[in-house]
Amino acid sequence: MNRATLNTWVGLFVLLGFLAFLMLAFKVGNLSLGGGSGSYDLVAHFDNIGQLKERAPVRSAGVLVGRVRSVSFDARHYNAEVHLSVDAQYHFPRDSSASILTSGILGEQYVGLDAGGDDKMLKNGDEIKLVQGAMVLERLIGQFLFNKAQDGGNDKSSNAKGAP
Amino acid sequence: MTGIAERPGTHQVEISDLNFGYGERPVLKGINLTVPKGGLVAIMGLSGCGKTTLLRLMGGQLQARQGSVRVAGQELNGMTEGQLYAMRRQVGMLFQFGALFTDLSVFDNVAFQMREHTSLSESMIRDLVLMKLNAVGLRGVQGLMPSELSGGMARRVALARATALDPSLILYDEPFTGLDPISLGVIGRLIRELNDALGATSVLVTHDVQESMKIVDYIYFVSDGVIIAQGTPEEIRTSHLPFVHQFVWGEADGPLPFHYPGLPLPRDFGLSAAGG
Amino acid sequence: MMGSLVRGLQNIGDSALRIIERIGAVVLFLGQILGHSAPSFRRFSLVIREMYYAGVQSLIIILVSGLFVGMVLGLQGFETLQSYGSSESVGVLVALSLMRELGPVVSALLFASRAGSAMTAEIGLMKATEQLSAMEMMAVNPLARVVAPRFWGGVFSLPLLAVLFGAMGIIGGFLVTVVMLGVDSGAFWSQMQAAVDFRHDVVNGMIKSLVFGVAVSAIATFEGFEAPPTAEGVSGATTRTVVSSSLAILALDLLLTAFMMKGWN
Repeated sequence: MNRATLNTWVGLFVLLGFLAFLMLAFKVGNLSLGGGSGSYDLVAHFDNIGQLKERAPVRSAGVLVGRVRSVSFDARHYNAEVHLSVDAQYHFPRDSSASILTSGILGEQYVGLDAGGDDKMLKNGDEIKLVQGAMVLERLIGQFLFNKAQDGGNDKSSNAKGAP
Repeated sequence: MTGIAERPGTHQVEISDLNFGYGERPVLKGINLTVPKGGLVAIMGLSGCGKTTLLRLMGGQLQARQGSVRVAGQELNGMTEGQLYAMRRQVGMLFQFGALFTDLSVFDNVAFQMREHTSLSESMIRDLVLMKLNAVGLRGVQGLMPSELSGGMARRVALARATALDPSLILYDEPFTGLDPISLGVIGRLIRELNDALGATSVLVTHDVQESMKIVDYIYFVSDGVIIAQGTPEEIRTSHLPFVHQFVWGEADGPLPFHYPGLPLPRDFGLSAAGG
Repeated sequence: MMGSLVRGLQNIGDSALRIIERIGAVVLFLGQILGHSAPSFRRFSLVIREMYYAGVQSLIIILVSGLFVGMVLGLQGFETLQSYGSSESVGVLVALSLMRELGPVVSALLFASRAGSAMTAEIGLMKATEQLSAMEMMAVNPLARVVAPRFWGGVFSLPLLAVLFGAMGIIGGFLVTVVMLGVDSGAFWSQMQAAVDFRHDVVNGMIKSLVFGVAVSAIATFEGFEAPPTAEGVSGATTRTVVSSSLAILALDLLLTAFMMKGWN
């Protein structure tokens, strides 16, 4: 085979591969130019994080603004320490709140950020003070049953009195 | 006998007390052999007697177990890989079936070593390759691929390739195998001519007695890993050693029996039971 | 009874030792290749030539298989996800399975049987016809001139092929689910983008295929170089290349996946 033809084919092959890589990076993956200038970290402590995993989305008003970088147990406060990595182009007021939410009924859990009204913005390494942990199904059911039992107990006792 | 012993240092190849084996099986046992500078020497023997092994030892592709192999005064045993590769630049080898690179054209095959080892310009290489091909009479096939050549032509191209860098030692592994009578004569003549024109030394491993007798200066006979006879073609032709006589004249039966050793004939055919 | 049990155990032990020995031999051979790689990079045209044979000639099979695999993933995913009423997530399913597993693994398996076997057969035949010996006698090391360029050609080709496989698969999934089954195109892409992470999915997939490329190329060149110089020997070596590289790909995939999930954040 002629060397020039060979080089052309291999060049075409490499070019195609590179284009496919670009497609995977930008069209499929969430790599973005410009906005990819970096991210900053925020910390939040939750009593219970439910099923929250590393790399779970961080959303504000439903829009993806970052990802959970790490989840660890804080042995001093006996709660969960969650590091969020937030896209550098988004800034949130100091009194913003973070809560662990679930998308859909069976969907994944994510961290929702609700912006506050403070003038000062959160900086790298700051802690989000206002937090709302995950709703754990057993506790919810337990609470529900407890309430129900209390209500039912009251009803029953009154009924019992009235019974013959 | 001391072969064609001359003053030491004039030998291109000197092998002394060489022992070699594959695994447990000894192949060469106490070989002593010299090839003088400018000589054309044949090593003859039956297939599987260790001739090719001997050639590979001279090329440094195998390492002797005992004894020494010296090429151009340098001991090959114990050489590092780098030293071996440096030594091989002085050596050309023609393989049994040519061993041309099947993915390169005839031209590129001959040019291979020039491109790998020299920094000659492409136009210079072109001239040299055509000269080498011209010497074997095949300038016309430079653009063909090895698969398009006949056996004899492939052998001649391989010869051009083996002599591309004007080696001082040329090794031939069965150069006559599988050739028609005309190609045979051509190759034989070329081996002699190239040897003399390049001022090289050649070692020929072959079992083709008649063809090689026409061109070589000296012959070593190897059987079962030892040299059993040596001499000039004339001495070999008139040798009275039974084995050599059988070999040279191609007789079917002699010291080397027609039958491979086995059970006695009646036993193998189950006749002894019937007889007893 | 006891005897046959002991013999059985011995056989298991023997084959285990042989496998380990073989892995060790391939690793040593890989070391030798790396040691003789300098000429491949000084004369890169040698590697480009091998990239043509290993890469360009595998393009068709990779592109077509990628398209089909993506289409099947789209169909299957749509079928399952529809019963949960979330058929828009089909893009996520197609993309994640392609990026993380199917792209690198299936393209490596195809590469092993298409290019790896050809590499083994070619080197094995060169050995059987004494071309490697002849090269050695011409003072050119076959490891540097024949083996290393083929190895690097394979190593560079496979990640490119895997990326193309993945891209084709996503196009296939898109064609089936969006064009044929009527999933919303915007949802398809946006959900995919939200779920696929560049570094953890795309880059990790490429790391996998790079490792597979090294493994397949090393095994293929090793088998060819060590093949007995007979027709039977070369054909046996070719088969061994496909079998051992397929096993190596799957085993390495397990290891790499475990590594990537656990750590190196």
